[in-house]
Amino acid sequence: MTEKPLISIKNISKIYANGTVGLKNVSLNIPAGQFVVIVGLSGAGKSTLLRTINRMHSVTQGDILIDGHSIIHYKNKQLRQLRRSIGMIFQDFNLIKRSTVQRNVLAGRVGYYPTWKSVCNLFSAADKQKAYQALQQVGMGEKLYSRADALSGGQQQRVAIARTLMQDPKIILADEPIASLDPMTTQTVMKDLKQLNRQLNITVVVNLHSVPIAQQFADRIVGLRAGELIYDKLIDQVNSEDFQTIYQSSSSSTDMENAS
Amino acid sequence: MKQSLKNSQSMPSRPWLQRLHIKGWASFLIFLLLFKGSAQICDIQLSTFFQNLGQFFELIKKMLHPQWSYLAVVVAPISETIKMAIVGTTIGTLVAVPFCLLAARNIAINRFISSIVRFFLNIVRTIPDLMLAALFVAIVGIGSFAGVLTLAVFSFGMISKLFYEAVETIDPGPLEALQAAGANKIQMIVFAVLPQIFNNFISYFLYTLEINVRSSTVLGYLGAGGIGVYLQRSLDSFNYSQTAIIILAILVVVLIIDGLSNYLREKLL
Repeated sequence: MTEKPLISIKNISKIYANGTVGLKNVSLNIPAGQFVVIVGLSGAGKSTLLRTINRMHSVTQGDILIDGHSIIHYKNKQLRQLRRSIGMIFQDFNLIKRSTVQRNVLAGRVGYYPTWKSVCNLFSAADKQKAYQALQQVGMGEKLYSRADALSGGQQQRVAIARTLMQDPKIILADEPIASLDPMTTQTVMKDLKQLNRQLNITVVVNLHSVPIAQQFADRIVGLRAGELIYDKLIDQVNSEDFQTIYQSSSSSTDMENAS
Repeated sequence: MKQSLKNSQSMPSRPWLQRLHIKGWASFLIFLLLFKGSAQICDIQLSTFFQNLGQFFELIKKMLHPQWSYLAVVVAPISETIKMAIVGTTIGTLVAVPFCLLAARNIAINRFISSIVRFFLNIVRTIPDLMLAALFVAIVGIGSFAGVLTLAVFSFGMISKLFYEAVETIDPGPLEALQAAGANKIQMIVFAVLPQIFNNFISYFLYTLEINVRSSTVLGYLGAGGIGVYLQRSLDSFNYSQTAIIILAILVVVLIIDGLSNYLREKLL
């Protein structure tokens, strides 16, 4: 299993339409079941890298294989089936605020339904049960019929996790999942992700700002700077001084020289 | 270090263009000139208005003696007007929903299609409702059916613009989440767009209904049914005591719709 990675990113580059370079020749292999944390400054390309994995962003160059299949030319149905198998967690939770928690969680299942059935709200009893179980898994079972905007930030993020569970994901991508949360709820949400990773063997890729949190939860830490992958170590080889290089972009180091 | 100290002592200065708000003042001046020019072209003379103000009070005086017995006559046509407005607005709204989704830039399939749909909607809105009424009276004959068709087309033009502008203000987050979960376009709309704009839809619907009740009074002039026929009759025969009753009846309907709209918005929000 280790020689055939679940996610295989091969020399990808991303140049945005306005000429901004998002990623520069990044390669990364992630085996199934790993908990990978990507760290780096804002604008280093973390979000871009994450979103290329489920093709929310396309790449300018290079190839991405998932389970051995190249995904960069997927279209329509094939693309939707790929996305269905990859859960995504966002900084701002992205729940439908005026809908109930139940409907929000069921929304994670629509990829498995024909359009007319999901539009008419004809979710199967089994999936409704599954939604309730997914909520219980993140400790939100009793909020089934609450409106999403009645929940706190941490609760909303846990509902978002339950939503991705409905997808039966092989992979969960989390883009700054704790950036809008306080330290207490940060721990809860990260522990939820870790638990899914360990119990259900879901491969998790998380973007984080916080190095201590990364060290606490990651199996492996990857560092990006200005679109380049400059750091990649398993957690037992990581030491604290390493992060100096990641958090010292060329522009910020000149700022520091000016200031001193 | 030196530079930052210097900066902290004297505030950064702005160019004089910004400091004196030249753009703002210039825009205001241009607006004043336009206003004055327009008033001249429109031949605005306040003196004429005040000289003949007596006419106005004469009319008001006559209307202050409403012929209450006329109320019984008015009930049937005003309820016809309401029915016309409800049916017309509903048809217009139902047709508007798919069009507004095609026209909204944030969810449209592509920019070309949304531009074409917008252009079509602009044409629909340009057609004056009086002309629509005349057209439909010519097609289906005098009566409330012509009125319903007129209101339907008018509502369609107005609602679709209000709707697509509402759709364009939604939070894109849930859309992204649905897309990332493998939803298709229609599923994204039903799960992530409609819940966000449902309240706007309701209040725009009621607003259009209110406008339609009022504008259907004018449509009566062209034989498109409803209270307008009676309004025209009373005005033509200088029977202002009856006109007063009709205006009061319309006011009551407008107030009811407004109250309903406020109530629903509070409930739904």
